[in-house]
Amino acid sequence: MSAVLRTRPAALVALAVVTLILAWALVPGLFTGQDPIAGVPADKLLAPGAAHWFGTDHLGRDLFARTVHGTSLSVRAALLAIGVALVAGSGIGLLAGFLGGPVDDALMRATDVLLAIPGLLLSLAVVTALGFGTVKVAIAVGVASVATFARVMRSQVLRVRHATYVEAARLAGAGRGAVLLRHVLPNAAGPVLALAAVELGAVILAVSALSFLGYGATPPTPEWGSLVAEGRDYLAVAWWYSTLPGLVIALFVLAVGVLGRALTRETRTDR
Amino acid sequence: MAAYVLRRLGGAVAVLWAAFTVSYLILYLLPSDPVAIMLDQGAGGERVDPARVAELRERYGFDQGPVQQYLTLLGRTLTGDLGTSISSGAPVTGFIADAFPETAKLAGLALLLGLAGGVGIAVLASWTRAVWLRDLLLALPPLGVAVPGFWVGLVLLHLFSFTWFVFPAVGNEGFASLVLPAVTLAVGLAAVVAQVLSQGLREAWRAPYVETAFAKGSGRARVLGAHVVRNGSLPTVTVLGVLVGNLLGGTVVVETVFSRQGFGRLVENAVTTQDIPVVQGLVVVAAAVFVGTSLLVDLVHPLLDPRVLAGGHGRAGGGAR
Amino acid sequence: MTLTTSTPGAGPTADAAAAGGADDQAPSDALLRVRGLRVAYGAAEVVHGVDLDVRPGEVVALVGESGSGKSTTAHALIGLLPDGGRVTGGSAHLGTGQRSAALTGLLPDAWRRVRGVRVGLVPQDPGTALDPVVRVGEQVAEALVVHGTPRRAARERAVEILADVGLDRPRERARQYPHQLSGGMRQRVLVGIAMACEPELVIADEPTSALDVTVQRRVLDLLADLTGRAGTAVLLITHDLAVAADRADRVVVLKDGVVVEQGPAARVLGAPEHPYTRELVATVPGRNNVPSAYAPGAGATVGTGEKAAPSGAAVAATAAGTPDEGTTDGTSSEATAAGAIALGTAAVEPSPALIEVRGLVKEFRLGRRERLRAVDDVSFTVPRGSAFALVGESGSGKSTTARLVLGLDRPDAGVVELDGAPVGADRATRRRTQLVHQDPYSSLDPRFTVAAVVEEPLWAHRVGTRAERRDRVAQLLEQVHLSPDLAGRRPAELSGGQRQRVAIARALALDPELLVLDEPTSALDVSVQARVLELLARLRAERGLTYLFISHDLAVVRQVADHVGVLSGGRLVETGPVARVFDHPAHPYTAELIAAIPGARTPAHPDRKDLT
Repeated sequence: MSAVLRTRPAALVALAVVTLILAWALVPGLFTGQDPIAGVPADKLLAPGAAHWFGTDHLGRDLFARTVHGTSLSVRAALLAIGVALVAGSGIGLLAGFLGGPVDDALMRATDVLLAIPGLLLSLAVVTALGFGTVKVAIAVGVASVATFARVMRSQVLRVRHATYVEAARLAGAGRGAVLLRHVLPNAAGPVLALAAVELGAVILAVSALSFLGYGATPPTPEWGSLVAEGRDYLAVAWWYSTLPGLVIALFVLAVGVLGRALTRETRTDR
Repeated sequence: MAAYVLRRLGGAVAVLWAAFTVSYLILYLLPSDPVAIMLDQGAGGERVDPARVAELRERYGFDQGPVQQYLTLLGRTLTGDLGTSISSGAPVTGFIADAFPETAKLAGLALLLGLAGGVGIAVLASWTRAVWLRDLLLALPPLGVAVPGFWVGLVLLHLFSFTWFVFPAVGNEGFASLVLPAVTLAVGLAAVVAQVLSQGLREAWRAPYVETAFAKGSGRARVLGAHVVRNGSLPTVTVLGVLVGNLLGGTVVVETVFSRQGFGRLVENAVTTQDIPVVQGLVVVAAAVFVGTSLLVDLVHPLLDPRVLAGGHGRAGGGAR
Repeated sequence: MTLTTSTPGAGPTADAAAAGGADDQAPSDALLRVRGLRVAYGAAEVVHGVDLDVRPGEVVALVGESGSGKSTTAHALIGLLPDGGRVTGGSAHLGTGQRSAALTGLLPDAWRRVRGVRVGLVPQDPGTALDPVVRVGEQVAEALVVHGTPRRAARERAVEILADVGLDRPRERARQYPHQLSGGMRQRVLVGIAMACEPELVIADEPTSALDVTVQRRVLDLLADLTGRAGTAVLLITHDLAVAADRADRVVVLKDGVVVEQGPAARVLGAPEHPYTRELVATVPGRNNVPSAYAPGAGATVGTGEKAAPSGAAVAATAAGTPDEGTTDGTSSEATAAGAIALGTAAVEPSPALIEVRGLVKEFRLGRRERLRAVDDVSFTVPRGSAFALVGESGSGKSTTARLVLGLDRPDAGVVELDGAPVGADRATRRRTQLVHQDPYSSLDPRFTVAAVVEEPLWAHRVGTRAERRDRVAQLLEQVHLSPDLAGRRPAELSGGQRQRVAIARALALDPELLVLDEPTSALDVSVQARVLELLARLRAERGLTYLFISHDLAVVRQVADHVGVLSGGRLVETGPVARVFDHPAHPYTAELIAAIPGARTPAHPDRKDLT
């Protein structure tokens, strides 16, 4: 990773952006002194300026403060979704790849089906069943990504399992469990974790799309997708309302993507 | 070839059936009581009349065991009947049939724009020897996948409808109303196509057969046209099914942003009112679109890559390890 | 590619001149004249001023080990250096008089008038050098179309070319795709493409190193035939000195991007002047420069016409279990028994069999109904302390047999006995039999250190305490001649030869009796190969190991094994002592295999003459 950062300035910039936005999520108070919930009605729909970097909304709340304070919820939802996909998907992929045979066939057919339903619709179906709320949205988005992780983990496990060094370990007398823990998992994990980094961007987009549609956080709690949705009604009079929070989402996803790809390259050349 | 077609057809039917089953499992079995959710939605927290609950349970078959219920639903679906909407009581099939043409137009135009844009970026980046142009072109796709679709829609609306008044902001009237939503949908698609295709082209350029072609005395244009594009586009062709499926998913957001009637709006309404039969019908239809596209791709694939029929690729497998 | 630090300035070129290079033999009528060619990748120069001449119709071999810059030189001469590579100095001219043209600093358009028409290329790997989605005939025709032949005429001519390169049913073949052709056929097509416009020069970049030895011979014959008829000169890039000796008029030896010696093939390979060339020639397998067969504890020699064998004792000892005469089809267990009795009386104290294989069968399912008999009724015996080689071309079933012997796969029929007890996937078998894999680049876990790799068998079998295991690892590394400093390194930081030594140390960790060596040196450079083979011979002598040696390289087999079994299509067509089988092959397939060994013309190997 460090080598990548040294040779690729883009990765360095991306790291800075991601670090900054993660800091927003952890300690929002450090970056803005304004209240994200209570507004000043007199200051409603002010254009961006020195006092309000992102302008204000229809209730006179500072949009920069709302964006910064909304980060925590959005990022946590995205991490939860990735967690669901990573744990469930890797588990399925590991089982399928390591056990092989009918278990593999059954599990892979099941993930084929998950891939047959467009991701957003699959998430929406889960949301319909579970109900609304940020946590439920996160789970729904995670479910839609399970198949991708399962496939990558399986292909990695297969690659490693059929690698000569795994056979060599078996010949050396190592048991199945030892081979799995000492050789297969460590060598398969890299690309899967890199996928998690790449998928994080897609997951953030999916979470904010669902909250944009109104299935996520309930007002007045700030959250990235719902901030953009609120601004929709004021598009003709306050361009900044939707545009600037949306720009933050795009910037974060872009930076995460650049980092994720750098990580993927790293794990690919690491062998 | 006939065996190949039959195998693919069989696979398509199986996936469709499995998609139905998965959507059933998610929608009907996950919550403890679907009827309670439905009524909750309608009644807004008031106490619900038990007689009405019983009546609804019977109407939607929830009084049966899950297996019985599943079989009933499956049988009905096979005859083309996707059930009735809970919120309006109208047949789901009719809803979808009404909404689909509008969405097909939108998705079709978006597919054209997205493919044109993505292929254009990838081929131009692969062709040009100007490093700055290649870098610029290849910087576009990561940008395209990073911007939220709804945000692109809103920015386009702001610019073209509210600032310059070029295109209408809402509605389904005429071709002009189709342009902005289609462009919005196409951005993400073009970005993915450009990424997958330029990766494929990059790998094809490095292949030894390219060196062979150059050694014959072929020029860059010929090598690109005769060898690189054909080989490099194979990965893109195989993901086309997924891309079209995602396009359909994207209409949920885009049709909401542009207040268009269609498949996506239907989904949005059904989820908001937790209208389970409608959601399931829409999911099954979306899966059918994916399966249909994939089938089409599978049937065209052997024409592009003769190795497919030889069974060297794909899942035929099972040979010697 | 190992890059040596570039030595700018006079050094390398002076070296080349001192080595009796271009100057004293430079023909003024040369077709290709290369002077002081320098090639760099980025800032690293890998070819440091190469001088080279090819006369019209002449075959010049450019030999060297991997990283010597031979392939880079070849690609520079046809303007197809990989990304980042560029010619940084020197010149190359093609043709004489009015037809003379520079091959350096050409623009794309000028290159297009040279490639194909004046210089053809036969690439290295026939598996990937043809476009998988374009019909074969179309790919041949392309070579003509780009130089102005109308498409229809080019298609017709392509069919003729396919016939010329020896493809049966050329009209049908023209409509097929590369995956429907065998590797040898694909390489024939590539030769046809290179020769389509009858160029003045063909650059053949390791044209047969990916092919089986009999196929290799036929393809090289074809290349010689076609170029000879058209009067085309050949620049043959190869790592295989034997191939160079067989095929080239003159040889140019390249080391680390510098020409160390060049001259007529017979002179360079027969009486090499430069120490490096001498080392290369000496390490060509087949020369008995290594104490190969060594049978510890074997008694008196029998000496019945086995004088040519590396060690009479070993042959006598091993003869006990294997029929000495004629071909066997594997079913002749009776013959084996008879042979054992007959020879057993002659031998004073035959070593008991360590491995006994009887009637082994293994099938693989190909499709729904098709089955492939990879191993078909194979029987043989490996006496304790001997080295038995299984040879055969790819697909002959030799590796599958090895896996069955190790108990890694279960046979469909037949038995493998280790000291009289059937082998299985149990830990007892594991401790007594070990495998050294073919490819040292993939047989070591990239995340493990050298010490951890070697320790793994000890750890898995709970041998000793942690400290004891560490001492044992140090011992093992010493035995395979690896510096203790390497213990903390990871495989990526080691050379191929070092990795293979690590793999051997791991295989020895549990003190096994049988070592199965699956092409242990085929991924290594020839000088490295010689040192690894030497190590293996010494270990066998010191530890009384028994080897089952799997190889496609008969020259290597001759050097290391006492007994050999020849596999073809899963059947064991012939077994016997190495010297007998090589000098008097009884089965026609064995004879063909031996005839195909390159290097028959090598002046340094007069003993090989009788093999052809």
